[in-house]
Amino acid sequence: MPEALLRPFIRLGHSVVSGIWRLGFASRFLGAILMMSGATFRRPALLMREIYFSGVLSLIIILVSGLFVGMVLALHGYDTLSRYGSEEWLGVLVALSLTRELGPVLAGLLFASRAGSAITAEIGLMKATEQLSAMAMMAVNPVARVVAPRFWGGVIAMPLLAAMFSAMGVLGGYLVGVVQIGVDPGSFWSQMQSQVDVERDILAGVIKSVVFGFAVALIAVFEGYDSEATAEGVSRATTRTVVTSALVILGLDFILTAFLF
Amino acid sequence: MTSPSPDLAPVVDIRDLHFRYDARDVLRGINMRVPRGKVVAIMGGSGCGKTTLMRLIGGQLRPRGGELKVFGESIADINRERLYDLRRRMGMLFQFGALFTDMSVYDNVAFPLHEHTDLPEELIRDLVLMKLHAVGLRGAAHLMPNELSGGMARRVALARTIALDPQLIMYDEPFTGLDPISLSVIGQLIRRLNDALGASSIVVTHDVQESLQIVDYIYFVSEGRIAAEGTPDEIRASTDPWVHQFVWGESDGPVPFQYPARPYREALLGSADA
Repeated sequence: MPEALLRPFIRLGHSVVSGIWRLGFASRFLGAILMMSGATFRRPALLMREIYFSGVLSLIIILVSGLFVGMVLALHGYDTLSRYGSEEWLGVLVALSLTRELGPVLAGLLFASRAGSAITAEIGLMKATEQLSAMAMMAVNPVARVVAPRFWGGVIAMPLLAAMFSAMGVLGGYLVGVVQIGVDPGSFWSQMQSQVDVERDILAGVIKSVVFGFAVALIAVFEGYDSEATAEGVSRATTRTVVTSALVILGLDFILTAFLF
Repeated sequence: MTSPSPDLAPVVDIRDLHFRYDARDVLRGINMRVPRGKVVAIMGGSGCGKTTLMRLIGGQLRPRGGELKVFGESIADINRERLYDLRRRMGMLFQFGALFTDMSVYDNVAFPLHEHTDLPEELIRDLVLMKLHAVGLRGAAHLMPNELSGGMARRVALARTIALDPQLIMYDEPFTGLDPISLSVIGQLIRRLNDALGASSIVVTHDVQESLQIVDYIYFVSEGRIAAEGTPDEIRASTDPWVHQFVWGESDGPVPFQYPARPYREALLGSADA
């Protein structure tokens, strides 16, 4: 068979093999992070710094986005519910949409683009400027000192951000639904309180956000550590972090929703 | 200066060392010794394998053949913990300093002390200022790396390298991109620190003139082998055409100016049968 015809298959084979290889490398990398996490928890200052960088510095985008998403939900929800005369269910609709689905997923996507990309770029640049090699030559393991604190900082920050996203969304829904449109505040809150179940709805949302945080943090540190040590390499790795995180979050969301609800 | 006595084992002992990246042979049978207390230069053109050689000594790469002993231990046979133990006795200055950009000059120099010792903060402060004083930058302790010139950054990195008083200091191209004053300062520091700490030093460089003034012994690496070796006086007096070309920086000689290619005429006009 002429080589020109074979070429697409060769390329396909290459990408499949390298994809599987990277997956294996990422798994081993996760194993190394978990093995070397001791220092992260023995030295809270390291962890606090990363929670600050991943979590506190992401607050603005998370809070503002949450507010707007809640406001839009209230507009759409009121429009549909009022057709059936069920406006008092607006609070339930907003709260359930946010805690079960939109909170974890949208906060995850925002977290990946704000904090995940920053983590990848930082680790990638540290690698490109030989800071990681210098650390290893000083007998300090870069996975333990640089990677593990950033990983755990992300894992801890993400569920907190998702919770704040949902809380701001509920506030946004209240502002539009109750303050602006005039839905009865008593039924808005009481229906929400009686219909939203802590275990079934809120805990399920928390589980989702923990899983997304784990996935995004792993992708971000892995892409940074595995990036090519050049300017283009770091830029490609940063893009890959955002794209892969988005796909993984949406894929995992489907799987988790199928199992949890 | 600590005078090396012949009965002391060398700090680095390399015999018939081989290394390859994928299919490309980089080192093909290197023999080299770094005696205690001496400053040894490894020279050669770009891409000749000298940085690879230093990374092998630091245990960042593993040899494919031959013997490589550092402090009497074979680097190829030890596990990660032991390697990290050895590295606490080594210091390496990277080409552009590799300072941690998110930390101040002070914190950079204090980094190895914080990571490896339980010393009280006041003592660490004294040690850091002492190391910075040794490189002439005590007054720059509060600056961030992006506020330093290239020469200053390298001196800070040098202070960090010697923070734990290493017994072996390695320098990767320490003179690259420096103005003549900074270059001379770094050269003098390499010599002075080596003698003051009683350490041994390896300087990977292609700056011949500066190195000839400060080192005790020179190895020339070419195409993965030791092409020549000797003391600075022996190197200056060498009649070997390769050494002569390198030391006096002649553009053509045993090392050709042209990268191998097909004949120029053929490349311009095409071959007769084309």
